[in-house]
Amino acid sequence: MLRLAWLFVAAWVVPALAAPPDDPLRSPAWPYMAERYFAGQTVRFDAAVRVLMPGAAEDPLAVPVYVDAGALADVREILVFADLNPITTILRYEPGELARPSIGFRFKVQQATPLRAAARTGDGVWHLGGAWLNAGGGGCTTPSQASGSGLWKDRFGEIDARLWPRADGLRRLRLQLIHPMDTGLAGGIPAFYLETLALQDSDGRTLARLQTFEPVAENPLLSFDLRGRGAVSIRGRDTQANRFAGTVAP
Amino acid sequence: MRRLPFSSALLALLAVGAAHAQYDYRLAPQALGDGAYVFVGALEHFTRANGGNIVNTGYIDTPAGAVVIDSGPSRLYGEQQRALIERRSGRPVARVYITHAHPDHFFGDQAYAGVPVYALPATREAIAANGDALADNLYRLVGDAMRGTHAVAPGLPAGAGRIEVGGRALQLIALAGHTDADLAVFDERSATLYAGDLVFHRRTPTTPNADLARWLAALDRLETIPYKTLVPGHGPVLNGPAAIRETRDYLRWLDAMLREAAARGVDLPELAELPVPERFGDFAVLRAELSRSAAHLYPALETQALRRLAPDGRE
Ligand SMILES: [Zn+2]
Repeated sequence: MLRLAWLFVAAWVVPALAAPPDDPLRSPAWPYMAERYFAGQTVRFDAAVRVLMPGAAEDPLAVPVYVDAGALADVREILVFADLNPITTILRYEPGELARPSIGFRFKVQQATPLRAAARTGDGVWHLGGAWLNAGGGGCTTPSQASGSGLWKDRFGEIDARLWPRADGLRRLRLQLIHPMDTGLAGGIPAFYLETLALQDSDGRTLARLQTFEPVAENPLLSFDLRGRGAVSIRGRDTQANRFAGTVAP
Repeated sequence: MRRLPFSSALLALLAVGAAHAQYDYRLAPQALGDGAYVFVGALEHFTRANGGNIVNTGYIDTPAGAVVIDSGPSRLYGEQQRALIERRSGRPVARVYITHAHPDHFFGDQAYAGVPVYALPATREAIAANGDALADNLYRLVGDAMRGTHAVAPGLPAGAGRIEVGGRALQLIALAGHTDADLAVFDERSATLYAGDLVFHRRTPTTPNADLARWLAALDRLETIPYKTLVPGHGPVLNGPAAIRETRDYLRWLDAMLREAAARGVDLPELAELPVPERFGDFAVLRAELSRSAAHLYPALETQALRRLAPDGRE
C-alpha cells in the first residue's frame, strides 16, 4: 500500500520536474541538450556521477575521460555527450549487473565545451555529472600537433587488450580496436566508425554493452570494470558491418 | 562560450583604448658576475598579464659585443631585450644562440635582423616546420604582447665545442631529451652554465617533446661541467647542483610513476588522483604540468601494456 501511495505521489511530481533544472556549468546549449536527450524525463545534477578529465585538451583528437557512477546504485545506462561538439553524442554504455557503472574513453573535441555523463538509474531518473573542457594549452609550448596516427591502414580491425585484477575484486579490462573512426565531417571522407561493442564472460553471460558514435577518438581505447568469471570475449561491429572479435584471458 | 567575467570584459575595453601602447616587459638584467647576465621570467603559465615572459634568457658581455642566449617569447621581447643589452654594453650584439625550439625561447629572433642567430640543426628544422603553429597558439594564450610576431628560424647551425667571441671562451654543449635538440652554453670566465630547459628549478618541468631517458643522460653530462652558477630555463638562478638533482629526481619519479600505472591498467584521467611526493609540492604549476606530461608520455606506455588478441570466430 505504501509503495502504491509513493507511486501515486510521484506521478504528480514528475510533470513539475519536466522543466530542466538550472545548469551548474552554465552552458548556452543546455536547454537544447535537455530537450534532445531528456524531454519528459527527470534530470538531476548529481555529484555522484564523477567525470575525470583534464581541464584543457592537450591533444584535441584524443581527450581522455573516465566516467564513474559507482556511487549510485542500480545504474542501467550511462549517456555521454558534449554540448558544443558538432556531433554531440559520444557513447551510450549499458553496464549490466556484472559491470561497474564506469567507463574510460577518448574523444575528439572541436572547441571548448561541457562534457556530460548522464547515468539513468532503475527509477528512470537521469543523474548528471560533467565538467568544462577548455581548448587552450598550458605553459612552455603548444598542445600536441593534431594528426591522426594512420595505424589503422596496416592493422585495421585488430584488438589489443588486457585484464587486470583490481583491489576491489573487480577486473579492469582495457582494450584498443584499430579503427579510423571517421566522423564524416572531414571533406570527402564518409562517416565510418565503430557502432557497438559487447562483452561476455566465459559462462556466456553478458557483462556490458556499448554504443559508440563519431566523436570517439581514432583507435578507440576503452576501460571497463567488470565482474564475471574467466576470459572476456569482445564482439564489435562498425557502420559498414565489419565485425570484430577477440578473447582476453585473465 | 562562457560569459566573460567582468574583469576580463573591462580588460578587453582597456586594451581597445590602449591599442597603440606597446606591452612593456620591464626587463631588468640580473648580474651574475664577470659579465654574465640573466633576465628571469615568471614561474607561471603563459598569460596576457605576463606577455609570455615565463622564461629565463641571458647574455654574456664581450669586447666584440654580447652573446645572447635565447630571444624570448615575442618580437617585442626580443626588441626590448636587444635595445637594453646594446645600451648597457655600448656595442651591437655579436651573436644569438637559441637553446631549443620551444616558443618562449626563440620568438624574439625577429628583433635580431643583421645579427647571426645560431641553433642546433634539429632546432632550426623544428622552428621552420612548426613555428607558425606555435605562434598561433601563443597568440591565443598571450594576446597583444605577441602582436607582429612570426617565426624566424635561426639562420646558422650551431656546432658543439669550444668557441671564442671577443677573446671570451664559450663551450657549446649539444644535448637532447627535453626536445630533440637542446643546447647548453657554458661561459668559462664566469663559470656560468646556461642550461636551457634541460634544467628547471622550483618550476615543474615540461615534456611536450621529451625523451626522458635522453634527458636524464643529458643531466649526467651537465653535472660534469665545472660551473659555479647555473641558469635554469625556468626558475631562479642558483649556485651548485641542486637544480640538476631536482630535475633528475622529478623526471625519474615521473617515469617510474607512469610505467607502474600503465602496468596496473590505470586509465589516463585516473592519474590525476594518484599521490605526488611532498618534495615536489612547492613546484610552480605542478598539477597542471603533471596532467600535461601524462597526456604526452602515457599513451605510448599504456598501449605497450596491452597484448594483441588472436582474432577468434570472426562472424
Ligand atoms: Zn622548453
